[in-house]
Amino acid sequence: MASFLLNRLGQSIILLLIVSIIGFTVLNLIPGGPLAQYALTPGMTQEDMDRLARQMGLDRPLMVQYFDWLWRMLQGDWGTSYRDGQPVVDVIARHLWATLLLMGTSMVISVGIGTWIGIRGATHRYSAFDYVATAGAMVALSIPTFWFGLVGIYVFALRLEWLPAGNMYTIGDGSFADYAIHLIMPSFVLALVNIAVWSRYMRSATLDVINQDFVNTARAKGLTERRVLMKHVVGNALLPMITLAGMQLPNLLSGALVTETVFTWPGMGRLFLDSLSYSDYPVVMGLLMLSAVLTLLGNLIADIVVALVDPRIRLA
Amino acid sequence: MTKRESTSAEMSRRSALRLMALTGAAGVFAPGLLGRGAAAQTPPAAPKGRIIVGLSQEPTVFNPLMLKIEVDDGVHFSIFDPLFYTDTDGVIKPRLATEVPSQENGGISEDGLEWRVKLRDDVTWHDGTPFTAEDVKFTIELIVNPEFRAWRTGGHSLVRDITVVSPTEITWRMEEPFSPYLSFLTETMIVPKHAFDGVADPNEAPFNHAPIGTGPFKFARRVAGDHIELAANADYFWDGPYIETLVFKYIPDLTVLYSQFKSGDIDLIGLQYITPDNYEDAKTIPNREIVLAPSPSVEMVLFNVERPQFKDAAVRKAIYAAIDKQAIIDQLYYGLPTPSETFLPQGTFYTNPDLPQQQFDLDAARKLLDDAGWVPGAGGIREKDGVRLSFVNSTTSGNHLREQTQQFIQQTLAEIGIEMTIENMPAAVIWGEFWVQSQFDSVLVGITFRVGADPDTTNRLHSGATPAKGGQGSNFGQYANPEVDRLLEEGTRIFDPEQRREMYFRIQEIVREDLPFLPLYNDNRANGWKSGIEGVRPNLNARSESWNAAQWYWTE
Repeated sequence: MASFLLNRLGQSIILLLIVSIIGFTVLNLIPGGPLAQYALTPGMTQEDMDRLARQMGLDRPLMVQYFDWLWRMLQGDWGTSYRDGQPVVDVIARHLWATLLLMGTSMVISVGIGTWIGIRGATHRYSAFDYVATAGAMVALSIPTFWFGLVGIYVFALRLEWLPAGNMYTIGDGSFADYAIHLIMPSFVLALVNIAVWSRYMRSATLDVINQDFVNTARAKGLTERRVLMKHVVGNALLPMITLAGMQLPNLLSGALVTETVFTWPGMGRLFLDSLSYSDYPVVMGLLMLSAVLTLLGNLIADIVVALVDPRIRLA
Repeated sequence: MTKRESTSAEMSRRSALRLMALTGAAGVFAPGLLGRGAAAQTPPAAPKGRIIVGLSQEPTVFNPLMLKIEVDDGVHFSIFDPLFYTDTDGVIKPRLATEVPSQENGGISEDGLEWRVKLRDDVTWHDGTPFTAEDVKFTIELIVNPEFRAWRTGGHSLVRDITVVSPTEITWRMEEPFSPYLSFLTETMIVPKHAFDGVADPNEAPFNHAPIGTGPFKFARRVAGDHIELAANADYFWDGPYIETLVFKYIPDLTVLYSQFKSGDIDLIGLQYITPDNYEDAKTIPNREIVLAPSPSVEMVLFNVERPQFKDAAVRKAIYAAIDKQAIIDQLYYGLPTPSETFLPQGTFYTNPDLPQQQFDLDAARKLLDDAGWVPGAGGIREKDGVRLSFVNSTTSGNHLREQTQQFIQQTLAEIGIEMTIENMPAAVIWGEFWVQSQFDSVLVGITFRVGADPDTTNRLHSGATPAKGGQGSNFGQYANPEVDRLLEEGTRIFDPEQRREMYFRIQEIVREDLPFLPLYNDNRANGWKSGIEGVRPNLNARSESWNAAQWYWTE
């Protein structure tokens, strides 16, 4: 186990370095750069632009900029946002909790409902339920979240006036109930697609397991169908789901751009897009590294959990 | 308000403006008369209620002197004050100062070099410290501090020998006479010197995130990515505030911004406003005021006149004649914009009203080209001396209305034997090197030429302002006309509005004749707010709809 972890750590560090080099280079290769957006400001001169480039260190060679960034990063200094003037870590932290709240809620909904639909679809294969679930999943997967969000706002906020049209809370309120009512629409819209994904995977995983010998053995032993399903089928079918969940961990933190935009949710997805459109390099690099770390971490955790749950797998 | 009404309002405003300019630019200081208008409403005795302004970009810069974008200004106007401000009629009036310096009142010397500004003695910063001339001195010095990441140094870089005569009086000398500086000062918020005491790096000052101003609202808090909350400053020295809380809410998508205005989540729709396609729908929402307000920006096709295709003025004129402006305005922009012939906004004191009107006339365009010797060659594309009349037009990709405008132009140009290809790029790309080093053939762009209400456009039209030719400025189309150069130089040395007006009228005439860019139209922004809010007055001369939030109030 120890050598496995050490090995993975070494691989991860190399991967992170590569990601950072590619990210930094690509970002800086885009012509224009962080000052382009000020080119149309009335009264702004080229002299001012040159001065700003010098003050921000943007006039240095790319290599120098990269090593400067890397050296600071290694010392735990993620840099300062161009747009915001605040440390990158603070900027990210401020958006993180909004995303965690939304993604967490939506994940609980989608995993819960998706797992149930998947299992029921597999055990009642070719039933009306299965057909409806399959068709529903295809519809949910093929219609853009953006559309779902806008239709949701039109129906529930503008027409019926049951739910707010967006935002995380009412300015000046911010009670638990206020947060809860604001969470309903975005988390369900976001969950819709994930329910579809999750139910499809769960259905096929369950089908893989359901006809295996050990399930027949369990039935032959005289266990109730319910007990066979809960103890033998679902437990085994969930194994591949752990890997899937691990791969979704970075999504949990990187946010849902479209949903966050439609529902004006101040999360990580918005932060990423805003930082990109402002060419706020320090924040973009920070987010890139964070999501790279999370991807590696998610995979690692999934591997370990699968090994712990399934005694047949040994980590080496 | 229909478009027709807004046009006639412009006209009467213009004549009012002439009168005002004749009686001297400095108005009498009378806060009680401001913001009332014809409405018989009066604001509440004490600040009451809250107004939420929706914005499609997030204000993030709170030090008003630092590198910033337009949307940050709304917040700055509410927290800080400039020495002077420009009212809706384009007249500069005193705010932190007691009068606007001029050569008549002795505030500016005859040679335009010595400035003397007298300040109010009843102003305190939000933390209780009195405001003095030291703060003004500190502000100008901070802007030109080479280490400080200042937004714009134009005008300030000419200031020398700042002397604090007394807490309420300050003088300085200008390196050269520069009359537009008054307008630059209307966009310069004064910051407190004491907030930077003991601060090693002004770029990292705590003040930058917890601003202290003299303005009508105090900074309360910011929820990053969501909103900014300001609280009424009960001790404000000027008119207002009449609401307890002012909130700037960030709503990133224009469709969502509009639906939150419709649903009532926001009280007033700010920057980027109601999109033209929603304008008709907006007028049907009950209990909302929808008002069209002119924007200072001019939408234009700007040529790189150094390109061989565009060196001949006949080509530029022919292209202008081959653009169906009205069709673009009516079919793409729902008839909202007003056609323009110049680089200044409509109906200001300095806007020349007598410029020739563009006529969409393909035959005239063909004749211009025929007469100039451009004859159809291969593929029907005209050419002359080996130069084909073929060029690229670029604009920000993703701006659908601009992309469709390009297609309109492309089609009519094809009919007169000119080939226009479209190559669009993301904002950060097109407005980078490509733009500032004049690497384009032509762009479709909206530009605000003025600073504040001043007509000086040296930065955009002087031949010495082209970076591609080693100049300093923003004349990226490389326009050069000696007479315009001379008039522009003279225009910034003269302070008398009447005299300046003649010069800028002439400049506009020449530019209209030369056509280094083809003015298409001025945008009219569809502002909207809930009925019951009074005092909102969109201002062509301020960079934000929230420039006078101090005077907003709820009627009930």
